[in-house]
Amino acid sequence: MRRLLFILPVLGFVVLLGVFFAGLGRDPRALPSAFIGKPLPAFATAPVRPGDQGLANTDFDRGEPVLLNVFASWCGPCRVEHPVLMRLRQQGVTIHGLDWKETAPAGLKWLTDQGDPYTRVGNDESGRTGIEFGVAGVPETFVIDKKGKVRYRHVGALTPDDWERKIGPLMEQLRKES
Amino acid sequence: MLAEVGQFALILALLLAVVQAAAPLWGAHRGDGVLMAVGRQAALLQAVFVSLAFVCLAWLYVTCDFSVALVARHSHTTQPLAYRLAATWGSHEGSMLLWVLILAIYGGGVAFFGGTLRETLQARVLGIQGVLGAAFLGFLLFTSNPFLRLSPAAPEGTELNPLLQDPGLVFHPPLLYLGYVGFSVAFCFAVAALIEGRVDAAWARWVRPWVLAAWIPLTAGITLGSAWAYYELGWGGWWFWDPVENASLMPWLLGTALLHSALVLERRGALVSWTILLAILTFSLSLVGTFLVRSGILTSVHAFAVDPKRGVYILGILAATTGLSLALYSWRAPTLRSGALFQPLSREGGITLNNLFLTALTATVFLGTFSPVFIEMINNDKISVGPPYYAKTFVPLAIPLLALVVFGPMLNWKRDEVRKTLVRLRVPAIVAGVVLLAALAFGGLKGVATAGALALAAWLIAGSLMILARRWWSGRAYLGRAIRTTPRSIVGLVVAHMGLGLLTLGVTGVNAWDSDKVLNMNPGDSVAFAGRTVTMTGYELVEGVNYQAKQARFAVKGPTGAYDLRSEKRWFPSAQSQTTEAGIRVGPLGNLYISVGEESEAGVIVRMWNHPLIIWIWIGGFAMSIGGAISLSDRRLRVGAAVKTQPDPGKVGAQPVAAE
Amino acid sequence: MRRLLSLAVAVALLASPAAAVNPDEQLADPALEARALKLSKALRCVVCQNQSIDDSDATLARDLRIILRERILAGDTDKQAVDHLVARYGSFVQLDPPMRLDTMALWFGPLAVLLVGGIGAAVYMRGRSPARAGALTPDEEAELAEMLKSEEAR
Repeated sequence: MRRLLFILPVLGFVVLLGVFFAGLGRDPRALPSAFIGKPLPAFATAPVRPGDQGLANTDFDRGEPVLLNVFASWCGPCRVEHPVLMRLRQQGVTIHGLDWKETAPAGLKWLTDQGDPYTRVGNDESGRTGIEFGVAGVPETFVIDKKGKVRYRHVGALTPDDWERKIGPLMEQLRKES
Repeated sequence: MLAEVGQFALILALLLAVVQAAAPLWGAHRGDGVLMAVGRQAALLQAVFVSLAFVCLAWLYVTCDFSVALVARHSHTTQPLAYRLAATWGSHEGSMLLWVLILAIYGGGVAFFGGTLRETLQARVLGIQGVLGAAFLGFLLFTSNPFLRLSPAAPEGTELNPLLQDPGLVFHPPLLYLGYVGFSVAFCFAVAALIEGRVDAAWARWVRPWVLAAWIPLTAGITLGSAWAYYELGWGGWWFWDPVENASLMPWLLGTALLHSALVLERRGALVSWTILLAILTFSLSLVGTFLVRSGILTSVHAFAVDPKRGVYILGILAATTGLSLALYSWRAPTLRSGALFQPLSREGGITLNNLFLTALTATVFLGTFSPVFIEMINNDKISVGPPYYAKTFVPLAIPLLALVVFGPMLNWKRDEVRKTLVRLRVPAIVAGVVLLAALAFGGLKGVATAGALALAAWLIAGSLMILARRWWSGRAYLGRAIRTTPRSIVGLVVAHMGLGLLTLGVTGVNAWDSDKVLNMNPGDSVAFAGRTVTMTGYELVEGVNYQAKQARFAVKGPTGAYDLRSEKRWFPSAQSQTTEAGIRVGPLGNLYISVGEESEAGVIVRMWNHPLIIWIWIGGFAMSIGGAISLSDRRLRVGAAVKTQPDPGKVGAQPVAAE
Repeated sequence: MRRLLSLAVAVALLASPAAAVNPDEQLADPALEARALKLSKALRCVVCQNQSIDDSDATLARDLRIILRERILAGDTDKQAVDHLVARYGSFVQLDPPMRLDTMALWFGPLAVLLVGGIGAAVYMRGRSPARAGALTPDEEAELAEMLKSEEAR
């Protein structure tokens, strides 16, 4: 019986090692969205492009998986990911945009200068709309399925690698879903 | 040129470490005196070469050699000399070299001072030390080489993070590492004892000073870190339960348990396997801390740059070191001699209870730090653990421990009686009771928790002083002689335990009575705060050595007199970062802390805090460290270790003549 | 009991008051502001490294501080206000981990270690008390008799 007691430390340690090892692969800063599996909350934003409708939660749940990209002209990594978004648009991916924490004219200038990959885009000057679904910074990209439910949140610039490894296959899978 | 010399020195040190690992372990197994002597020489030489490498790196930093990548990343020609030097350990690679340096020096110390040790024991200790040295030198050379060249050399360096350009950087990491790495000696002794299959009084007499030698700088380093954060970070916090802070607290808690356990082992021969387990676990926690800071497994303001490759390597070292030693423990520890018996109500019993609480406290910090990783693995949900958790778990466990601290030194060894013990504690109890009543009268029933905490602090301080009083008042006629002949280990004990009481006092004061104010101010504005009048007298641009600052000046009139305070927001152009320097008026009854914020249309945002009694937190911490140092200087601990006899080259494990 | 616990938390919370809140964010009513302060110290700034929204200068932290105060002004209880943010950012935003099945070990672990360790120590010490020494075995008795005889013979 006493012998058993002495074995406990080494057993406990082996378990701990396993946890550490598994933990190594994870990014401690990654933030899973609180809305995974849930639809976006009700919201409506003003348009960025003149004569446009802006972006609202009803623009999702339209029978195809879409991307929701939160961006701003004052954000460096957004500039880096922009060409990727343009390319995805060309390939037929539907991307909606949320212009976060700046005025509509500033967002419009950005789209005019950099190109406009967005099907719908809304302006969120105060940033409150983004906060309603847990946006912590820019850029962020949400993957939303046919039924309007959030399936994944990508924090940071969307690189071609991210598309190839994670987001692209996820979109494919969502397309095949009923 | 110097970088190549440094690199070569490291490679030599690695080879020496391998020799130091292999030769004495084999020599002890075979009773070969020559091989065991080789181990001692290798340890001494390893210390020499690692020192050489360290001096090379420091020189490269001081002379701003930007052809070395590391120097280019953390130094700048306008950086003051002290910080150019301290930047040597301000990066992952440099601090790793500091770690290896201290490891090598401790190994050299055991080789140099270990003449009175049983030869096979010393050989095994050095052998294991050599294994550790080889592992870490390998880590350094293969994944974190500090001497990598930058080609082409940079014309100017990237400055060291401004937050680190502070006297704190000169002392904080070296003190901490002396602690973390210092526990490796106890670890090596523990594993050597397991291999040998015996633990005797001589072993304990050797281990305790080395544990103390590690505990003292660790206590000082943690206290210094807390004080540094307080005045550097600009908002007056002094402990954040940040993962890296916890990584230093855990070895400290368990190291304190180890210290007391080794005391029991030395005096009474009891708690054998417990002491060995603690020695293994304390150093393992040091390794876990190293893993935590460099692997990217948790976020922290303290963490170095994330590199999974390094994380895997350190995890490997951790797995091998702790895993193998714990496996060895589970195999050999049951066969170790049990040790003397004692009754529950005795000093040994008190220390056992002390260890139990310290272990539970360590487990608390461990759970809080690593649960997020664990839970994320199980159900992919990210939770976070912060100060509120520790307030609910750590504090309720710490309070009974603090109360029990006073009992320990008052109990007799082996067995004691309840009534006699309570009689001895009359005076501290009365003092604590008086403080409790006074605090309740002052603060009313709402301040029950505060009153209790103050009484606890008084209990600790009075209880510690009581130890001296009992010694000195027992024979009135010989008071002077009694004072002069008080053993230093007793004085050290009193100072250290009193330090704990002062720490409790400081924590209570700042948590119970702190207050703050935040408002917009313009030059000429006055505000009343915490019994003082604060007037902003100026707000202007000033230039520093390597920064520009917006400085706000204040004239304060308080109960202690009139004085000036300044607070700055500094901008470092080469590092492109900003820091806030607070204006602090330090006093025994409390600190006034003023911090200037951003400008707004209404004026400048000024934040001020009143921190009552906060200085006693750090005075208490340093007192604990000083108490330990006083105890370590007690010659009785060093004289009288087992006398070494000449071993027969053909025999294994010569018997020492014990000098009881 | 809950009040005592919250009292203990209030006393023992090892952080200083109002670190980054701006004058324009503060609520006019000091009681409400005190509530907001207490709550924001227990909420994590999710874009920072290990700071509460009260400690952090980040813009998101400021936004969350303001939202928290809006909820308090709107009449939310403490739990409702915090849940409002948890619904948007997940339980990660709470510095005080939730009490759920998977966090049981986290909350009760410390006490469990103390109790298990205490029981273990008690059992261990009971097993080694002098009372257990008991009577001599027949071999030992014979040995003792031998020794006594050789003593008598002298």
